[in-house]
Amino acid sequence: MAEQRLQKTFTAGLWQNNPVLRLLLGMCPVLAVTAALKPALTMGLSVIFVLTCSNVVVSLMKHLLKPHLRILMFTLTISTFVTIADLYLRAFQPEMSAALGPYIPLIIVNCIIIGRAEACASKSPLMVSLVDALGMGAGFTLTLCALAAVRELLSTGKLFEITVMPSWFMPWAAMGMPVGAFVTLGLMLAGVNLITRKT
Amino acid sequence: MDTLQTLLLAFIGIVIVNNLVLTKFLGICPYLGVSGRIDMAFGMGCAVTFVVTLAGTLTWIIDHTFLIPYSLEVMRYLCFIMVIAGAVQLVEMYVRKFFPPLYESFGIFLPLITTNCAILGLCLFLNLWEIDSLIHAVVLSIGAGVGFTLAICIMAGIRENLELADVPEVMQGAPITLVTAGLLTLAFMGFAGMI
Repeated sequence: MAEQRLQKTFTAGLWQNNPVLRLLLGMCPVLAVTAALKPALTMGLSVIFVLTCSNVVVSLMKHLLKPHLRILMFTLTISTFVTIADLYLRAFQPEMSAALGPYIPLIIVNCIIIGRAEACASKSPLMVSLVDALGMGAGFTLTLCALAAVRELLSTGKLFEITVMPSWFMPWAAMGMPVGAFVTLGLMLAGVNLITRKT
Repeated sequence: MDTLQTLLLAFIGIVIVNNLVLTKFLGICPYLGVSGRIDMAFGMGCAVTFVVTLAGTLTWIIDHTFLIPYSLEVMRYLCFIMVIAGAVQLVEMYVRKFFPPLYESFGIFLPLITTNCAILGLCLFLNLWEIDSLIHAVVLSIGAGVGFTLAICIMAGIRENLELADVPEVMQGAPITLVTAGLLTLAFMGFAGMI
């Protein structure tokens, strides 16, 4: 029974409450790092790490939180884990860290993480918060990768920097620019609306 | 080094050419969320401009007088977020005291300025671009706020008119806003390379 509920919490993050497609949270990294698949995947994994750690910590200290100081405590917890992730990337993935630039520290102000701390972790037991973080993180990463795959394929004809399109393919440079990010995400949201309206 | 010309170019650069919202994707959440009405968008822009000026200047000073000399760069993000949260608290108290109706209409969006990526983003960019004079940092901070106000007001103007348009049902709401924003960045790309 409990297992079933946990499974439901996990899958809710993937589709029903998908942070990007349904809740429209954390748009900045979604638009900024999805020009290619590799930075998008790195970003997604960093967010999963930070989200999981912060959800667990917030869930453990939920009885100690004072209402008016809670947002401050959330942001301090989150920035600690973001610093860890940032230092790790800088040490072991230097070129990825340089490519992502300020968008890794900007995870601190990503609304998904504060939103989950507030809506789930500060009210739920440890296991539920953990599973919720993993589900939300996975949903975020999948959306990011889907968007990045479309944009990288159309703007360069490559996936993970390996050419996959035939030689007659004409790269569509606009897809790699800011305009490509906005329009592709807009069309993706319209597609989601189309699917959910019918069912 | 700090001639009037470099400062002026830096200001125009950050307002138009490197607009944080339209080219760096910072502050997208309020940009899509609040920009329904032009007067609210302008109020939001003013609040953000104030906070970003204060936060940008303070974090630059903290960075250069404490963190870098004592090699405490690890603490940078923690310090920055504390400064921003403090500045937002200040604005919130001020608005609640002197403009109660505006405070009511902002609701949850006012405390959410803390999590506006444009503000933390600018503080980080000041560090990344290696700005080494205080006045340059102040000019860039004000410029970032003005640029945000400009973008959010243009967007609000378009969205007020969009309400009269016949948008297909599946595109209503967020999708059409995103596509509009995309077209707007396309327009602003015309300024690229101007400086």
